[in-house]
Amino acid sequence: MNKVAQPIQTEATPEQIRDQKSYLSMGLTDYEYGLIKDNVLHRLPNYTEVGLFSGMWSEHCSYKNSKPVLKKFFTKGQHVVKGPGEGAGIIDIGDNQGVVFKAESHNHPSAVEPFQGATTGVGGILRDIFSMGARPIASLDSLRFATPKTDRDNYFIQQIVAGISAYGNCIGVPTVGGDTAFDDAYEHNPLVNVMCVGLMDLDKIEVGAAAGVGNSIIYVGAKTGRDGINGASFASFQFDSDHESQRSAVQVGDPFTEKLVMEACLDVINNHSEALVGIQDMGAAGLVSSSAEMGSKAGGNGMVLDLDLVPQREAGMSAFELMLSESQERMLLCVRAGHEDDLLKVFADHGVDAVVIGHVTEGHQYQLLHHGELVADVPVDSLASEAPVYHRQSAMPEHLKHADNHQFQPQITNPTETLQEMLGQLTIASKEAIYETYDTQVQTNTVVAPGSDAAVVRIRHYDKALAMTTDVNGRYLYLDPRIGGQMAVAESARNVVASGAVPLGITDCLNFGNPEKPDQFYELDQAVMGMSEACEKFAAPVISGNVSLNNEYDNVPIYPTPMVGMVGLIKGLDHVTTQDFKQAGDLVYVVGKTGAGFNGSQIQKMQTGEISGQLFDFDLDYELKIQQLITNAIQEKLLASAHDISEGGLIMAIAESTFGNQLGVNLSSSLSVSQFFSETQSRFLVSVPAENQAKFEQMVGKEAELLGAVTADNHLFVQATNGYFDVDVDKAFKIWKGALSCRLK
Amino acid sequence: MKFAVLAFPGSNCEMDLYNAIKDIIKEDVELVPYKSQSLAGFDAVLIPGGFSYGDYLRSGAIARLSPIIPALQAFAKSGKPVLGICNGFQILTEAGLLPGSLQKNVSAKFICKDETLVVNNDHSMFSSAYQQGQLITLPIAHGDGNYYCDQETLKELVANNQIVFKYTNNPNGSVDNIAGITNQQGNVLGMMPHPERAVEDILGSDDGKGVFQSIVKHIKSRGVIYE
Repeated sequence: MNKVAQPIQTEATPEQIRDQKSYLSMGLTDYEYGLIKDNVLHRLPNYTEVGLFSGMWSEHCSYKNSKPVLKKFFTKGQHVVKGPGEGAGIIDIGDNQGVVFKAESHNHPSAVEPFQGATTGVGGILRDIFSMGARPIASLDSLRFATPKTDRDNYFIQQIVAGISAYGNCIGVPTVGGDTAFDDAYEHNPLVNVMCVGLMDLDKIEVGAAAGVGNSIIYVGAKTGRDGINGASFASFQFDSDHESQRSAVQVGDPFTEKLVMEACLDVINNHSEALVGIQDMGAAGLVSSSAEMGSKAGGNGMVLDLDLVPQREAGMSAFELMLSESQERMLLCVRAGHEDDLLKVFADHGVDAVVIGHVTEGHQYQLLHHGELVADVPVDSLASEAPVYHRQSAMPEHLKHADNHQFQPQITNPTETLQEMLGQLTIASKEAIYETYDTQVQTNTVVAPGSDAAVVRIRHYDKALAMTTDVNGRYLYLDPRIGGQMAVAESARNVVASGAVPLGITDCLNFGNPEKPDQFYELDQAVMGMSEACEKFAAPVISGNVSLNNEYDNVPIYPTPMVGMVGLIKGLDHVTTQDFKQAGDLVYVVGKTGAGFNGSQIQKMQTGEISGQLFDFDLDYELKIQQLITNAIQEKLLASAHDISEGGLIMAIAESTFGNQLGVNLSSSLSVSQFFSETQSRFLVSVPAENQAKFEQMVGKEAELLGAVTADNHLFVQATNGYFDVDVDKAFKIWKGALSCRLK
Repeated sequence: MKFAVLAFPGSNCEMDLYNAIKDIIKEDVELVPYKSQSLAGFDAVLIPGGFSYGDYLRSGAIARLSPIIPALQAFAKSGKPVLGICNGFQILTEAGLLPGSLQKNVSAKFICKDETLVVNNDHSMFSSAYQQGQLITLPIAHGDGNYYCDQETLKELVANNQIVFKYTNNPNGSVDNIAGITNQQGNVLGMMPHPERAVEDILGSDDGKGVFQSIVKHIKSRGVIYE
């Protein structure tokens, strides 16, 4: 190899790195350092090279702990154009159109700097979408917080929400949905998961690959600064009370620049495709990750980058800092030789900086020049495709081994009071205080805004729409990661189905604890298996996703929380259905059998302060059957409303369905008061215009129970076998609507 | 007739306006980039919402330095209709085409929701399709929508009948519940609510169509097409 220059700064020498084991603090293990030294380079790596490997071999970039698990996902489907592996997955929705979606977590940055952590989460996932050549048409956010107790808790929640609002609103992509839940399991590890959905013409797919010797590597967008240095590696550590100060690892978002970069990149992809070989977002591990992945994917070539050409925000940045910075709003392109000037002009017209910083070379080496000297020289595949993979040990957690198989029995003396108390639980209560700060309508395609089961975004000029949702209940997974994983997918499917859609596929954010601990790895492994089983059942393949591990604090992990983001296709705009009761006289049914679903439920948490016991039963076949009944009923235009029954049970679904149009209900049921709080899966609450009664009952047979009718009197009355619920809708609405906004003031 | 929709770096509602005019109002419409220096051939100019220049410095403060602004000022002076929505309203106050300014909402938060407005002047070239006192529902989506002017200016606005739309439930702290005002001549309207988001029932309301229909009626009744 060529002579590799040592940096002039006070960076450790290769010998010092070896002797002082300073690679440990950069995130590499002894084993990994040994691999680099003995198997990859056959010499001591210098400081910059150790940095490259620490970023690229982090869990965040390499999925080294989760890869063997992710392989278990169901990813097939005749409409899948691109599955996991690229920036985002693509599904064919007909008419030469593809829907592109992916989710990303920004948990660790948001835990230390909530506003910027959240903004850059939104920015990153948007880049993943538009780098595929798709225009982002909607975002969703899945948030998990501890129940706020102090001003500091409130500050964190408000700043995370403000960050999402600031970025998404500015760039002009509507934030149409998501989900927010509160549980102290997330006290030190709030979850900030962002999903973005894009729309593209299928003949314009772009991939992140750099092929062809002599082709140029073009850097596009914001200048590189010292923000977020080695953030990918940081995100792969756990937090503990001894290490509170990790602020420099958080980046700063600039949505205005991103908007310019997005418009410029879409212009290049749509109108200058002859010049473009590949395009990739500079996300985690910044310049090294984007360039090495692009080089490795192309296969058979090397790459040389001249770091002196990289636009820099600060003077005197080292090669290490330039390569590992996670400054935002940057893209990397591979451009056919001879077309550079054309593309540079396109970017200039959009007011976006773009500069050639290197080119594709013969051979397989990834080489960096800085101040005219070679500062890194490593095989390109060693950084990306050849990162180590670990098969972790799995062992059932203690709390699952001796779980009580009896279902919790709610104590209810005054059903109406329990109902009102439940409506004020933050996980149940209206999230308007959050989504009111998001622009939900820009692009003027939002047919169903936040507040119903799934958001619905129409495809302009076509008689079709997309339903989208994010869901997961970590409490279920805590009690049974496999069944809970199935339930997460099932709930997202119910939401999509209730909106009038057929599931297309899912993306996910796998938020888990430490994979090196067998009981925490067990949760990841089992959850993925359960999710995969459900995906296959609903023919909704996993097309993209993201992994966030090490969500633990002082060795206590969060609940296993694999966020599921599902997109469904609504095949005619007249299928769009919402949860609100529409008019007095419509008949109200519960579809699907109600059992005793209390372990892991909101009422167990509310009445005992904890979650315990064996999770209640769940049957995927029955779930699919009920979903298909609802889909048929919607497509036959028999339903006035449909609402998924989830947290809080049937009585919450009834109350929520009265709120939108301020109607009442007069119902009676064969269920007990307690059963109204059961969270048995595979159920919907629907309302049916009286003229459709016969047809509907014939269709659903014994799977539905007629409860009564919608009334005009703004009063909720529900007779159970051993008591009744009786409350003014106005009063219930105020409790439900005010609970969160009061806390966040 | 032909509408111009201006597009500044960071505008994000220009296509929404474009689509509303083309697909719903069914008139000619063209996007005009901020670098252009001419508005020749247009009968009305629409300035879209969004975050021109990221709202950095102050909403609208940088956009008003764009090359297109002198042409816009001349267009306004000629008496033809100019409508600024949301960020467009902010640009119009910054450019001196409308009095007053837009401050941060009193809640200090961005707010996106439907608001009920009352039509306070159905004589303007932007509101003749409505009835005086009519209640209409339009969405708002802004962080800096709190209209402010001093008492003297407010008196003039009232005296000249320049207040076209008012909120019935003031969402942002605006003086006198102001949602939209014109200049003294009545041919420049700035409003924070988004009429272009309310032109189809499937999106929740089509109450916003009247704003554009009023402009079309004004132009066509004068016969000033492609002058």
